[in-house]
This record gives sequence, structure tokens and C-alpha cells, in this order.
Amino acid sequence: MSDHAPTGIKRWLFTTNHKDIGTLYLWFSFIMLLTGGAMAMVIRAELLYPGVQVVDPNFFNMMTTMHGLIMVFGAIMPAMVGLANWLIPMMIGAPDMALPRMNNWSFWILPGAAILLVAPMFIGGDFLAGQGPAFGWTFYEPLSGQYGNLAFFVFAVHLLGFSSIMGSINIIATILNMRAPGMTLMKMPMFVWTWLITAFLLIAVMPVLAGVVTMMLTDKYFGTSFFDAAGGGDPVMFQHIFWFFGHPEVYIMILPAFGVVSQIIPTFSRKKLFGYASMVYATAAIAFLSFIVWAHHMFTVGMPVAGELYFMYATVMIAVPTAVKVFNWTATMWKGALTFEIPMLWSIAFVFLFTIGGFTGLMLGLAPVDFQYHDTYFVVAHFHYVLVTGALFGIIAAFYYWVPKWTGNMYPPLLSKIHFWVSLVSVNVLFFPQHFVGLAGMPRRIPDYAVQFADWNYWSSIGGFVFGLSQILFLYIIIKTIKGGEKATDQVWESAEGLEWTVASPAPYHTFATPPEVK
Amino acid sequence: MSASKLTKKLGSLIMTALLLGPAMAFADYSTLNMTESVSKIGQDMYDLHMLVFWICTVAGILVFGVIFWSIIFHRKSKGAKPAPFHENTTVEVIWTSIPLIILVAIAVPSTKTLLEYEDTTNSDLTIKATGWQWKWEYDYIDDKVGDSKGIHFFSSLSKDANEARQLGANKELPEHYLLDVDKRIVVPVGKKVRILTTAADVIHAWWVPELAIKRDAIPGFINESWFKAEKEGVYRGQCAELCGKDHGFMPIVVEVKSVEDYKQWASAEKGAAAQAAAAAAAASGKTYTMAELMAKGKEVYDANCLACHQAEGQGGGPFPALKASPVATTGPVSTHIDIITKGKGIMPPFGAQLSALDVAAVTTYERNAWGNNTGDVVQPSQVK
Repeated sequence: MSDHAPTGIKRWLFTTNHKDIGTLYLWFSFIMLLTGGAMAMVIRAELLYPGVQVVDPNFFNMMTTMHGLIMVFGAIMPAMVGLANWLIPMMIGAPDMALPRMNNWSFWILPGAAILLVAPMFIGGDFLAGQGPAFGWTFYEPLSGQYGNLAFFVFAVHLLGFSSIMGSINIIATILNMRAPGMTLMKMPMFVWTWLITAFLLIAVMPVLAGVVTMMLTDKYFGTSFFDAAGGGDPVMFQHIFWFFGHPEVYIMILPAFGVVSQIIPTFSRKKLFGYASMVYATAAIAFLSFIVWAHHMFTVGMPVAGELYFMYATVMIAVPTAVKVFNWTATMWKGALTFEIPMLWSIAFVFLFTIGGFTGLMLGLAPVDFQYHDTYFVVAHFHYVLVTGALFGIIAAFYYWVPKWTGNMYPPLLSKIHFWVSLVSVNVLFFPQHFVGLAGMPRRIPDYAVQFADWNYWSSIGGFVFGLSQILFLYIIIKTIKGGEKATDQVWESAEGLEWTVASPAPYHTFATPPEVK
Repeated sequence: MSASKLTKKLGSLIMTALLLGPAMAFADYSTLNMTESVSKIGQDMYDLHMLVFWICTVAGILVFGVIFWSIIFHRKSKGAKPAPFHENTTVEVIWTSIPLIILVAIAVPSTKTLLEYEDTTNSDLTIKATGWQWKWEYDYIDDKVGDSKGIHFFSSLSKDANEARQLGANKELPEHYLLDVDKRIVVPVGKKVRILTTAADVIHAWWVPELAIKRDAIPGFINESWFKAEKEGVYRGQCAELCGKDHGFMPIVVEVKSVEDYKQWASAEKGAAAQAAAAAAAASGKTYTMAELMAKGKEVYDANCLACHQAEGQGGGPFPALKASPVATTGPVSTHIDIITKGKGIMPPFGAQLSALDVAAVTTYERNAWGNNTGDVVQPSQVK
């Protein structure tokens, strides 16, 4: 079959092929991961010792801000969309995404958004002057309103929102319309289910984010006062609107990772996923709850006590469906026949470390204790456990699991093992001590700290440098696997189930031109 | 400074760190757990924290134990054969119910503590804390214990810490680095102290871990919260909400004294305030020499302006240079004074924090330091 595809740069610019677009998303997110990671290195270098040695406080704030924004909107979210593009059509037996041209557009908006986001850092050609956003990734008003180049940020967020909404529409349309005959909803792979639910979350909350940044824009440039008490507005309303987006956002980042490990653990346990139906319901329950718990990020703003009680009860409820998921993964491994290929190693690490992040999440949900935890390094440790050892580990597991199908080559086994073990140890040296300094009273987002926090910060920084370096090894592994390696079979893994394993390795440019039959 | 210079700096710092280790080990590794509180409700919070911690630990041991068991004994390499089961409704119902029951059990003490914490009635003393970029302002507005009503002052990072924390200062860090202020607030032991928080510019948060109080300070709104210290002592905290460049450098220090000592402090403080007011009134009419104003001006500049406009008035990033700037050289003195007292853009207004003499002195200083050399001498009488 001829592909009629243009070659060279035009292939990538004009592609409507889900596999090409998936690849573009994944490379984009990896470049963003390294960029945001480099910023984390600056943060950890400044925090290595007490005293201000490396950058001034304004530049430090810009680093924490840009690190957060780039990792959330540039690294984790696009990586998940990249996985969705590559995998969903192959998993449901569809020839491509439902709306291939829009698919091209939803990717190619992203680099423009990223440029708008980082551009203010280079105004005047002096990077170290710290002209970029320095108001935290949560961009709370009125602090963000003081910032001179706010319009760059606002339009970058608008573009990111367009991209996400178009991507989500495409994913929903594909899943609901293009499943192979016989594949009922309750026969879909878990990864497809988690993305279907995630896509609905995205469509629901990205417009809210666009709305809140537009209000900031008109406050700053057109004389409104949504968030300015002097004009009858309310700065706390900003936080309510932001977190109405922000809380579902954290599930947008983690649900597809749940899907990934729900594919991987059964394969290497040689058992079906335990409690498939309850996994689907638990995912839907988590998604629903994510809309009604947002103000647990704001326990200290001075809400009425009834509000605090409600948000506390609703928040801790999330522990129930999350616990169900962890129990199901555990039961899947129980009495299986386990082997420990690289994707399985990352998935097991995910279950352990995400659960630790879940425990601290439960602790943070209790309003009266949150008064002590709030805005400390305990929170930083919590969300890095769920987003780095949760979402990012899920993405890396997915890479190792499906890369033989994508490239036709196996990953280099020894290097990949080194990558896993070095990352696993260093990420814990990096983030575990942050629980300690947070509990002991170190606030987050500070460039310098009181000396009693010195020792644990030192170790956290050392862990950070090693974890950062080990992702350079990951880059090497990716390139090496693309270029060659042991040839993969079509089945790749002994007991992997799903339509993607029925096509050749590497997957041909077009798959399932005629739909497969699912029994 | 170029980006390559930053890279170099990072490289050498990391090399030193790897070679020397935590050479500046001032502290110990015992800072592992939540700070214990000197208030009863803070102790309740701590107990709740420990309760949930142990519940999570036990749950973790059970779940992780099962996973480890599978990893060790259900390996294919040990000849394990996969069992066929993949669902069991009874088990699912049980492990959905157990977490639910535990949550209800935790919710009971949480609710009790929260309701107690939010009860701000029957306070003995009320202090208003106003957050500024980047310092705290305190007003004693109501007092049933002694006579502190009317006491008012600003509280900023202590001078030695402020010097040591400048980029590349490389000074020895003073005791209580970053947790010490030029003026502490003083409260009586065993009394319910209500703290009203608000802010003048952006959102801040007033947090003292040992007193178990953290509440956002929001411009245009007043929040209330309280603590009751059961033990005399000095308790230190920090701003806990990102409020811009020097968010990390606006500590809070509360000194808890016996009721007797507190009363004495209040009357001494009020006497000192009356004297200062009289002095300021006298000063505003007085004529100062250039040298006097320059000396005073440098002091005011270092404490209030240096953080953004830098030691040589060179500015940096979003903060404009004063050296050779039209405002501080050729422009009219009145505009210069207006910007200091009323603020401009990102710059907060200093009118409420500085006396007429302070403003006159710092204006004179900025117009004559770093080669600005305008020769302008600004007297307090010129400041309205």
C-alpha cells in the first residue's frame, strides 16, 4: 500500500497520521521535560545551601513558576495526548483518529503556545534579569496582576486550552464512533477508558481556565476589577475559579497513567486485570469527585466553617475509589506469574510511590491539620509523589512497554535497567526529605531558608541532580532504541492482550484499514 | 550576567557540593516531624496528624506487604502458575467499605478540632496584622489584659539577616537566620489572642508553626484567627503565601510574656511611641544638613529600597535603576517624593511606613548617591 506521504519537514508539518502526530507530541513533551528539568536544577542548586548563592530571589521565583507551568502544560499533558494518539486507534481497531486534520492543528498550536510562554524570559536579551512570569504556576491575583508582561502568559494559556479542547474532542469522537465491530464500551482496554473520562474532564475545565485568565487580562488592561477589592472584586474568587479548573487538572494528569499501569501489570502478571468493571467505575467516581473538592487547596483563605467542613468531607472521599484502584492492581499481581521487564518495574514503582502520594493527599485533606501543612514543602513532596513518581513514571512505563511496537526494536536492557534503578533511588532522595522539612516548618516557594532545614535540603538537591542526569540517559536510550536494537516480535510480550499487539512491529504507517472483529 | 555565566556558577556549585557534602551542617537530622505546638488546639492538630500518619502507615504496610509477597513468591522464575480469578464482588464490597469506615472515624476528631479552631469568640487581645511587600505591620486594636490599644509598628527582617541574604554576600549566617525581625510582637501567656489578617498589596499568609496559626492576609478583606500560647517564649514563623520577590524574607516573631511583663511592655511601648511622635513632629520643622540626611538616607534605603533597586542603585529585572534615572536626577523633587510615598506599578507605597524625615532623607540620598550628585537637599518640611 502506498502512503502518498510527503517526506522531510513537510511530512511532519502537514501530517494527519495519528502515529506521526503521536510521535510529535511525545518529542515535544520530552523537550519540555528537559527544559522544565533544567529549571528544577537551578531551583535545587539555589536550595543546596542556606544563603543566596546562585540567582536572585526574583529569578528564583521565575524558575519555580516556569518549572511548574512547563511541566504541567508542556511535559505531562502533551505526553499523555501523544500516547492517546499512538495507542487509542490501534487499541480500538480504528484506522486513525476521527478528525485527522484537527489532530494536526491541535499539535501544531502547542509549539506556538510554548514560545509565547517562555518568550518574556528573553525580553531585552537578558535572561538573568528575570523578566518572565514569577508569580507561581497558580498565578494568584493580585500578585500576577503586578506583572508587566501578563498578556504573553494569558495568550499562551488560551492557545494551550485550544489545543487541549480540540485534542479531547478528537479523542471522544474517536472512541465513541470508531471502535471495531464487537468492541463494546465495557470491552475497551483500561487505557482507552481512562482517556475517555480524562477528555471529558478537559472539555469541562479548560474553558474555565481560559475564562479566568481572560478576567485577569481585562483587569490588567481594560479597567475591570474582577479580582480587585478596591473595585468591588474579590481576590479569593480568583482562587475559586482557578481551582475549579486546577483540581480536575491534577486528575487529567494522573488518570491516563492509571490506564497505562492497568495495561502493563496484567501483562507481566500473566493474569487479567482484577475487577475491570470496578476500575471503570472507580475512574468515573474519581473524575466526578474532582469537580466538587476544589476549595481544599484554599483552607487558609478564611472560608465559612460550613464550607471547610464540606470540602474536607468531599476531599477525603476520593480516598475510597483511589484505594479501590490500588487494591485491584495488588489483586492482579496476587497469585500471578510475575516477571520484571522494564515496563513492569516502572509500574510497580508507580503503585508504591503513587500510594505514598495518596496517603499524604489524605492527610492534606483534613482541614485542621492542613492549617499546618498548607503552603509548605510537605505539599511540594505530596504533589511530586503523585506527578513525578505517578504521572511521569506512568509515561516512562508506557514508553518502555510500547516502544517495541512503535519502532520495531527492543530497548537496550542493561541501560534501561540502570535508568530505572538510578531514577528510583534518586527520586526518593529528592522528594522524601521534603516531607520532613515541610513538617518542620519550611514554606514552599522560598529561595533561601532557615538553617535548621539545611541538611535535608542538601540531600534533596543531590537527589535532584542525579535524577536530572538520569533523564539524559533516558534520552540516549530513546535515540538508541529508535536507531536499532534487538528486533521485536509482533506480540512483543508473552501475554500482552489487545489489538495493538496483532499488528506488525514496527506498526505500519496505516493500521486497521479494514476493521478487526472483536469477539 | 549571561546565561553561560549561570551555567558556570551552577557547575562549580554542584562540584563543590559533591566534594564537600553538607559542610555547613548547622542543624541535625531530627527535624523530621511536625512542629509540636505550645497551644492546646495546636496539640490537637498534632495528635490528629499522628493519628492519620499511623493509619496510613498501617494501611501502607498491609498493601505493600501483599505486593512484596507477590513479587517474592509469585514469580514466573519460581514456577508460579497464574491463578484464573479476576473478579470477586464480595471482596470489592469489603475493600470499598473498610476505607469508608476509617474515613468516618477520622472525620469525627477532625470536625471537632476544626470547629474549635474556627471559634474566635471571647478573645482577650486583638492584633491586626497587615501584610506588605515585604514586611508586616501590627496594630493592637483591643486589649482586655493590659493597655496596649493603639500600639502600632512595622516589623521587618532583622538587619544582619538582610545583609547576609543578598546574592553572593557570602557572609556568616546570623543566629535565627531569616527567622528574626527588627521588632517582635509581644503577647501575654495563657490568653486568647485574636489575629486579624489583611494586606496592603497582594495576598500574604501569617504563619507561626508553634502557635498552630496560619491564615491568609488578603487585600480588601479581613480574616480572623486565634491562638493561646500556654508557655512563655519566642516563637518564629514566616509568610506562607507567595507574595513576590522577597516572599522568603518577611518573618514573624511572637514573644509570649507573663501577663505582668506584658503589661509593662505595653506601657513602655506606648511611652516610647509618644516620644517618637513628638520627635517626629519636631523633626518635620527642623532643617537638616546634607551629611545628616545622607547618613539617615542610607539607613532608610538599605532597609526599604535596596532589595529591589540594589546596593548601587543599579536595579535589575523588573526593578528600574535609580542611578542616573531621570526621576532621581533631573526630574522634580516632588515627583520623586510622590513615587516613594504613593508607590508606582509594582512598587508599594511607603507613605504609611516612613516618617517625613525618613522620606526626606532617602530622597536626598537617592539624588546624591552613586554619582547622581544633583546637590539637592530635601527637608522634611517638603514632604506632605
